[in-house]
Amino acid sequence: MSVLKELTKGIYKENPVFRLALGLCPTLAVTSSVENGVGMGLAATAVLLCSNIIISLVRNLVPKKIRIPIYITIIATFVTIVELLMNAYFPALYKSLGIFVPLIVVNCIILGRAEAFASRNNMFMSIVDAIGMGVGFTLSLVVISTFREVLGNGTFYGMNVLPSSYEPAMFMVQAPGAFLTLGLILAFFNWLDLRKTGN
Amino acid sequence: MDFGQYFTMLISVIFINNFVLSRFLGICPYIGVSKKLDSAIGMGFAVTFVMTVASAVTWSVYTFMLNPQSNIFPKIGEMGVDLTFLRTIAFIIVIASLVQLVEIVLQKTSPVLYSALGIFLPLITTNCAILGVAVLNIDQELTFIESLVQGFGAGIGFTLAIVLMAGLREKLEMSNIPKPLRGVPIAFIMASLMSLAFQGFSGLSL
Repeated sequence: MSVLKELTKGIYKENPVFRLALGLCPTLAVTSSVENGVGMGLAATAVLLCSNIIISLVRNLVPKKIRIPIYITIIATFVTIVELLMNAYFPALYKSLGIFVPLIVVNCIILGRAEAFASRNNMFMSIVDAIGMGVGFTLSLVVISTFREVLGNGTFYGMNVLPSSYEPAMFMVQAPGAFLTLGLILAFFNWLDLRKTGN
Repeated sequence: MDFGQYFTMLISVIFINNFVLSRFLGICPYIGVSKKLDSAIGMGFAVTFVMTVASAVTWSVYTFMLNPQSNIFPKIGEMGVDLTFLRTIAFIIVIASLVQLVEIVLQKTSPVLYSALGIFLPLITTNCAILGVAVLNIDQELTFIESLVQGFGAGIGFTLAIVLMAGLREKLEMSNIPKPLRGVPIAFIMASLMSLAFQGFSGLSL
């Protein structure tokens, strides 16, 4: 098991959003602008990193039967810390992400990594895994929000990128555009797979 | 607030602000458990039940144990201790134990229902719609009855969305879809169209 492999698997091969279809609620809800997408991605990565460290450290002390409640409590603690820090230092971002900041607790990526990786591996490998998965999640949010913000608002990270003659398609920043963008991106990844296997 | 206003609220949370299609809560089960109509109905009712009970319990926990103004332990209010920052942790623990409790009760009282809902119940703990409705009830400063109405309505809205989706997906089994779109991608595209249709309800004047 090489470190590099664990680090890069989250970005393409086991990308949490595009490959495993995990953490879809925040993926759809916050990607109406790139700024929100980056903010959510980094917040979730911070929680994932901290919870992976603690869970890999206590993995031999936790009884098998009650491991899920314990993991959720650990995750909720870090979410609260992130919530308070974000409220203090980035109040505008905190406001626009709204209830999706406390909802990082139930992001299946974080509990999924705790269960599938951190509870079985040592601290160093868990840190590597968290960074890989966190970067993969953030990148997916950036990809989706780029499509939605450019087409729906004519801007990228708040900067105008399309000529002023372009009429922004409001559809893309609203709910239906989110579902459509994700559906088409997932289809694209399926298409890549099918091509590779020669079908 | 009279009965009419509760009804308005119910309609609004089911159709206009549908939890799945306009607030993006509970997407994972919406896509994951909507392949068969039977399991979609089961999941819908399980979520509705847990959501209603969770709304009542989390509202009470927040109001009587965390909020300094209305705390049942007067000492906490007097000392000016503000425990509201514990909201996220308190709510998720309440929801996790509630789901466990429902599972145990169902197992003893109704084995048929348990075998139908059994596999969905553990998933409900990490269903963001449940925690979402609990947090929204507090953020919108609703009263106890309003929270109950919102919790129940959100559950019905979720059931409606997932049952419609399952019905469509059962039909899709028979149709000829381009290979890359099969499975989850086409489900998302249908969700997009459904969400577009539900946006029509935002014109309702209540």
